[in-house]
Amino acid sequence: MAYISNTNEDRAEMLSAMGFTSFDALLAPLPPAIRYQGELNIPTALDEGGVLRRLQQLAAKNVDLESHLCFLGAGIYDHFRPVVVGMLAVRGEFATAYTPYQPEVSQGTLQAIYEYQTLICGLTNMDISNASMYDGATGLAEAALMATSILNRGDIVVSGAVNPLYRQVIQTYANVTGYRVVEVPTAEGVTDTERLSEIVNSQTACVVFQQPNFFGNLEDVETLTETAHKAGALAISAVDPISLGLLKPPGDYGVDIVLGEGQSLGNAMGFGGPLLGFFACNKRFVRSFPGRIVGATQDSQGRRGYTMTLRTREQDIRREKATSNICTNQALLALCATIYLCELGKTGLRHVADLSLQKAHYAFQQLCAIEGVKPLFPNAKFFKEFALSLPVSPSELNTSLLQSKIVGGLDLGAYYPEFAGSSLFCVTETKTKAGIDALVSATEGVVKGGKA
Amino acid sequence: MSKDTREPLIFDVSRPGRVAANLLPKCDVPYQSPSELLGAESLREKLPLPEVSELDVVRHFTHLSQRNYSIDAGFYPLGSCTMKYNPKINEKTAGLPGFAALHPLQPQETVQGALELIYELQKMLAEICGMKATTLQPSAGAHGELLAMMMVQAYHAERGDTQRNIVVIPDSAHGTNPASAARCGFKVKGIPSNEKGCTDLAGLEKALEGGNVAALMLTNPNTVGLFESDIQQICQMVHDAGGLVYCDGANMNAMLGLTRPGDMGFDVMHFNLHKTFSTPHGGGGPGCGAVSVQANLEPYLPVPTVEKEGDTFRWKFDNSKSVGKVHSFYGAFLIAVRAYTYILSLGKEGLRSASENALINANYIRARLADYYDVAYNAPICMHEVVFSANRQKREGDVRAMDISKRLMDYGFHPPTNYFPLIVPEALMIEPTETESKQTIDSFIEAMIAIAKETQENPEIVRTAPHTTLVSRLDETMAVKNLDLRYAPLFEE
Ligand SMILES: Cc1ncc(COP(=O)(O)O)c(C=O)c1O
Repeated sequence: MAYISNTNEDRAEMLSAMGFTSFDALLAPLPPAIRYQGELNIPTALDEGGVLRRLQQLAAKNVDLESHLCFLGAGIYDHFRPVVVGMLAVRGEFATAYTPYQPEVSQGTLQAIYEYQTLICGLTNMDISNASMYDGATGLAEAALMATSILNRGDIVVSGAVNPLYRQVIQTYANVTGYRVVEVPTAEGVTDTERLSEIVNSQTACVVFQQPNFFGNLEDVETLTETAHKAGALAISAVDPISLGLLKPPGDYGVDIVLGEGQSLGNAMGFGGPLLGFFACNKRFVRSFPGRIVGATQDSQGRRGYTMTLRTREQDIRREKATSNICTNQALLALCATIYLCELGKTGLRHVADLSLQKAHYAFQQLCAIEGVKPLFPNAKFFKEFALSLPVSPSELNTSLLQSKIVGGLDLGAYYPEFAGSSLFCVTETKTKAGIDALVSATEGVVKGGKA
Repeated sequence: MSKDTREPLIFDVSRPGRVAANLLPKCDVPYQSPSELLGAESLREKLPLPEVSELDVVRHFTHLSQRNYSIDAGFYPLGSCTMKYNPKINEKTAGLPGFAALHPLQPQETVQGALELIYELQKMLAEICGMKATTLQPSAGAHGELLAMMMVQAYHAERGDTQRNIVVIPDSAHGTNPASAARCGFKVKGIPSNEKGCTDLAGLEKALEGGNVAALMLTNPNTVGLFESDIQQICQMVHDAGGLVYCDGANMNAMLGLTRPGDMGFDVMHFNLHKTFSTPHGGGGPGCGAVSVQANLEPYLPVPTVEKEGDTFRWKFDNSKSVGKVHSFYGAFLIAVRAYTYILSLGKEGLRSASENALINANYIRARLADYYDVAYNAPICMHEVVFSANRQKREGDVRAMDISKRLMDYGFHPPTNYFPLIVPEALMIEPTETESKQTIDSFIEAMIAIAKETQENPEIVRTAPHTTLVSRLDETMAVKNLDLRYAPLFEE
């Protein structure tokens, strides 16, 4: 079933209109030696019911987080997705259009992107936002590369409290361009600002940090930004957009480039993709900025309309001199984020952030009451994630928790050998007190040597 | 005529105190003050978000959707983008909680079905293109190109061939090719196409001199819609010069089950799952730029790779030769679910049939419009898309390719791709795809013929088109001069 509309008769008529009697005539440009004569080792077509069954069968082999409680975070979050988001975004008028190259027939997508840009600027208090990047990690890598090219400096200074997976991506991008990635150590779960001031110098293109950081802790963002600026470098911050329902926006403390993962703004966790990189910066950098951007203008009759603009930065015009190679981006996820932010609005987003904060602290206090469970960073302030040192192995705890239909925290030792034996827990507004209590009692059971 | 048909911005609809719905529970744990938990100095004051009802949201975004042209609404022959029908079942499977509600860092034993799907899809893609291994990590075609160039660099570095700093790219290539190569630190050397619109072997020979070429990036079928018939020789020449050959697989929809880049001699290629494998384009994404490689580049694939041991699947993170990671996690998994669904729906015979019908539809348009528009590079047969030049219309009626595109909107069609490839003046790049019927294509052809006649009889109506859309042509210069990139009143006070 190839979703073909032509009938055999249609095809015969079309071929004869071209003066051919068989399809093979159209393969004349292919040298015989490379015509594929075999049969692809791919199953034969299934009927629609059969396809559904096969996919349902695969899906059933997974532990989904609608049936289990999830206390994992570390960049992907189990926040509530209002039903309306998915219902609207699935409309074929949005989903089956492409990049709005022809603005007269794409005003819907264009206006939605303009609204998205406005919302991201509002959340972050930055001047300009692009239409999206692939994900938080590549957004961060692009931000760092943007800093190196603006300042013509080669060192990318990155806090060790930035998501380790993001740091791997920056490293991958830096390896091929010959830039140096310099890591700043952490102390008590936050970036060591004293060490940072020793590290930055006239070769530093940017200082990259995350707020709240990978451990869920609040950084001294003012000092980090100032230290970058004193060295003439740009300050780049990755942020959790949900946290911005409560936390001071990065524009307030003078950050130059802000980016982050927008999955929690109404998008599925989806096993980590597709994701949404949001990206905003100071208007000074409007010409060196990567990605698509939409602006308002007028049509030939003076009516307001929207169009992609500042196109001379982009690959289709500038080719090897473009500010980035990005073309297809994450438009539909940006649309979901737009709908999400409108649906929640001013009070709703604050509420999501506050509930996450409250529940995370409740969980933290209850877990810490278990004998042998201790905060890994007792002096840190945290938002919705926190690290605990455990008297049992994190992976064994997680295996036991699964029996209570709980997906536990992240085993930190996998990313930070020095923190082996500790777990990073995440608690969002989707967890009830009963759910948190279930986590606590199951954990207690394991710690006390019983089974969960 | 100039009736204001604007849809207000959501910010204009907002009213203080309005809320959407009862979305969130009350706090069921003891409440602690945020300023105590986070520090008063860390908290924000203003939060400039709209205040609207759920009905406001539904109407607003429904209205916006109605201001778009889409495949679901009509024929969308945007060349190089493969705007085929996006089957609805794909959305159903991608929405199953067993896929959509998975956290990427869950224990591996809890995501065996996801790993199996990734493993199987990777194998299927490798089979379709005739290569050894595949990664789904890149988020789009351009991202796949970048990853491929990283692997090319790692390959040469391991051989001590670090002087290879040049990537050769035909002038007909998509802009992402040179941009991706440059992003990877390579110098780009362009080569002109020959009079047939294909790679000029003498030009390639010359570009390969000096032993500094890391790779050739080639699109096949190329962006003029023509198959590079010398492809085996081209690959041989690059290999003899010590370089690798990259296939931009944006045009894979021409080749399913008919011919395979791996058999032609390519070392590495990207797929656009959002083109060939029917995942929706989403108004500009998301996509997936899966990359397949021959055995020579397999060691450099990004981590993690998925492996099968008995009936168990697992991630493999340690691979000292890998270039690293290009995505936060494993790529666009839910796009992979859609592509996998599509391949199962089509089966091997359906894949082949898709490409056959894509070729028939494109050649039919070509044959029927050849008397009215100049076919770029007059080859006897095109592949899955056809490129015309509006040179004749420009000469006869001072009508440009863009004018014809805008006029097509008045006839109810989405325009073809304009001004790409750059080597065709006044390009109109038309890709009908296999899912369109002869009936639809005939009405498109009639519209194109009508416009060709208008160009002679009443060119003004074409030059000033579109006349029936919600907005007419937009002032792009004004958009750049008076940059308005966000709704300013929200930020005033
Ligand atoms: C020939 C060609 N190469 C590469 C690309 C880039 O692909 P993507 O937009 O998925 O990054 C495109 C598409 O837009 C294309 O048409």
